[in-house]
Amino acid sequence: MSARDGLSPFGVTALTLGFAFLYLPIVILVIFSFNESRLVTVWAGFSTRWYVALFQNQQIIDAAMVTLRVALLSSTIATILGTLAGLALARFARFRGRTLFTGMIYAPLVMPEVITGLSLLLLFVSLDWDRGYWTVTLAHATFSMAYVAVIVQSRLVGFDRSLEEAAMDLGAPPLKTFLVVTLPLIAPALLAGWLLAFTLSLDDLVIASFTSGPGATTLPMRIYSQVRLGVTPEINAISTILIAIVAVGVSLATLTQKRQLVRRRREEALARRA
Amino acid sequence: MSQASPQPRLRLEPWNDPASVPYIRLLEVSKSFAGQTAVDRVTLDIYKGEFFSLLGPSGCGKTTLLRMLAGFEQPERGRIEIDGADMSAVPPYRRPVNMMFQSYALFPHMSVAQNIAFGLKQDGIRKQEIATRVEEMLALVRMEGLGGRRPHQLSGGQRQRVALARALVKRPKLLLLDEPLAALDKRLREHTQFELVSIQERLGITFVIVTHDQEEAMTVSTRMAVMDQGRIRQLGVPAEVYEFPASRFVAEFVGDVNVFEGRVVRSERDGTLIHAPAAGTHVFIDRGHDVAEGAACAVAFRPEKLALALEPPAERAVNVIEGTVFDIGYLGDMSIYHVKAASGAMVRVALANRLRLVERPITWEDRVWISWAPGAGVVLLS
Ligand SMILES: Nc1ncnc2c1ncn2[C@@H]1O[C@H](COP(=O)(O)OP(=O)(O)OP(=O)(O)O)[C@@H](O)[C@H]1O
Ligand SMILES: [Mg+2]
Repeated sequence: MSARDGLSPFGVTALTLGFAFLYLPIVILVIFSFNESRLVTVWAGFSTRWYVALFQNQQIIDAAMVTLRVALLSSTIATILGTLAGLALARFARFRGRTLFTGMIYAPLVMPEVITGLSLLLLFVSLDWDRGYWTVTLAHATFSMAYVAVIVQSRLVGFDRSLEEAAMDLGAPPLKTFLVVTLPLIAPALLAGWLLAFTLSLDDLVIASFTSGPGATTLPMRIYSQVRLGVTPEINAISTILIAIVAVGVSLATLTQKRQLVRRRREEALARRA
Repeated sequence: MSQASPQPRLRLEPWNDPASVPYIRLLEVSKSFAGQTAVDRVTLDIYKGEFFSLLGPSGCGKTTLLRMLAGFEQPERGRIEIDGADMSAVPPYRRPVNMMFQSYALFPHMSVAQNIAFGLKQDGIRKQEIATRVEEMLALVRMEGLGGRRPHQLSGGQRQRVALARALVKRPKLLLLDEPLAALDKRLREHTQFELVSIQERLGITFVIVTHDQEEAMTVSTRMAVMDQGRIRQLGVPAEVYEFPASRFVAEFVGDVNVFEGRVVRSERDGTLIHAPAAGTHVFIDRGHDVAEGAACAVAFRPEKLALALEPPAERAVNVIEGTVFDIGYLGDMSIYHVKAASGAMVRVALANRLRLVERPITWEDRVWISWAPGAGVVLLS
C-alpha cells in the first residue's frame, strides 16, 4: 500500500479519535489560558490578562529561571556522559560485564521515578550535601543520560567504521579521529539526545521534588504547589508557554533533519544525472 | 581482453636477485578470529616499486592480510617489517602506508578537496602547500574543478578516483588497495587499471592490491600471490602462475582449464608420459618431473591451447582425444567448444573467431579430434 492511497472512513475515524484523545485536554488548556474570567470552567471572552499577570509574578519567573538553568546544564552533562556510555555499548563488543552494563544503562528508563528520586535523595543526604540547584541538576543529568546513551548507541550501530580507519590511516590519532570524523557524523544524534534530555528535565516533577531544596523550586514544582490551592488561569497560561517552547523545539529539530535529507536526495539525483 | 597489457615492467626482477633487499617482509604471519584461522603462516617478500596482487576466493584472508599491513589488525604470530622496521608496535597513524578502502570510506561531511587534504593536515603542512598538492592530485585523477563537491554528489567512478587521490597525496611508501575497482563496470575498470599502472610507474610507489578478479591480477601485477584458506598457494609473475600452476586449485582458480586425473607411466629429464583414462588417451608433456612411475597425478590444459579438427591428426597415438561437439558458446572474439570425449569427459576448447561468423566450419554434433603440442599441458602433482 502506498502513502497515496486515500484513507478509508475507518482510518479517518481512528485517526480523529486518537488525536482527539491525545490533544483535546491540551487544546482546552490553551483555550482557557485566554479566558477573561478567573473561573477556569466558564468562558467569559478573550483576554491576555493572565499572561500579563504571569510576567508580574516573581515566584513563577524565579521558578522558570531555575528550571531553565537546570535543564540547560543537566542536558549538557547528560549528553556528554550518555555519549560516552553509548560509545562503550556500541564499540567494545565483548568486554567483561557488558550485559550487566547494558542492563544498568537501560534500567533508569523503566525505573519508577519515585524510586530514582528517593535513592538520589538518600545519596545526597548520606553525603551530607545541601539540597538545591546542584543536586537537582545532577539528578536530572543522571536519569536523562540513559536516554542519550540509547539514542547515541543506535546511531553508532549503523556507523561505517572504515571512515574512522581511513582517518587513522591518513595519520589522525584516535582522539583526533573521534573529534573530526566520528563526532561530526553523529552530531544529529547528539542534538536529538540533548533535546530529549532538555525536555525531560523541563517537565520533571517527581525527581525534582525529592532532590531539590530551598531556593531551587522548579517550574513544575511551583505549578504543582499552586494547583493544590486551586487551578488558576495563570497556570493555564504558563503551561501554554511551556507547550509552545517544547513544540517549537521539536519542530525545529525535525525540520532541520528533514531539510538535510531533502537536500541530500536532490544533490544525489543531480550527481546521477551528471 | 581487447586491450594490450598495461603490465608495469620492472627493469630488474628483484625477486630473482639474491642481493636485493625486500621492502616488505612477512614472516610466518598468522591471524585468527574467534578460533577460525583467517591468515595462516604467510611468509612473503615484496620489493620496492612492485605492483603486487593478492588473489583468491572470497573469505581466503586477503583483506585480513592487507589490514595487518595497514595496522588495523595485529598478527597473532609472526612478524611484519616495512623498510626494515618491525611494525608490531606501530599504530596505523604512524605507518608509512596508506590504504584505499573497498568502500572508498570518503568522509561524507567534507568536500572532495577537504577529503584529499585530510592526510596532509594531520602532518601539519602549511596551508599553501596543501592547496597546491590537492590541486596536483585532482589533476592527476582528472577531477579538476570538482574539489568543492561533496562525496554524495559524485558518481561511483569519481568517488573511486577521489579515494585514490586521498590515499596517494601523502606519497606513502606503500599503497594498499582493497578491491579498488570492484564497483566499476568493465570498461571503466579496464581503463582505470591502465591509469593505476601509469600512476604507479610515475610515482614509484609500491602497490599491494587485493582482488578476486583473476584477469585484473594478471593485467596489472608484477607478481601475484594466489591465496586459499589463509595460505599462499602460489607466488610468481602472472605468466608463470598462468602457464605453470603448481596445484589443481591454482590451475582452476586462475583462468579456465581442463583437468584429467591420471597416472605417471614414465618420467625422464625431457618429458613425462601420463596415462589419462578420463581423457581416453596418453598425454606427453615436454617437461620432466621427479615422480615415481605409477604415481597418481593430474594433467591440465588451457582451452586456448587445444586445437580442433574434423580429421584425425596424422599418425599420432598420444595427445589426441576423439569426440563430438556437444555445445558451442559464442563469446564474440572467440567461441568455446564443449566436446564430449569418447570416454565421457567434457573438454572445453577455445577457438579464436578469425572470420566473421556466417557458417561454422565445425558445428554441433560434428565428429572432431582434439590435439595439442607437448608444451601445451602441465602436470599437477597436488
Ligand atoms: N573482524 C572479523 N571478525 C571475525 N571474523 C572475521 C573478521 N574479519 C574477517 N573474518 C573472517 O576471516 C576470514 C578471512 O576474511 P577476509 O575478509 O580476509 O577475506 P577476503 O579474502 O578479503 O574475502 P573477500 O574476497 O570476500 O573480501 C573469513 O572467514 C572471515 O569471515
Ligand atoms: Mg576482502
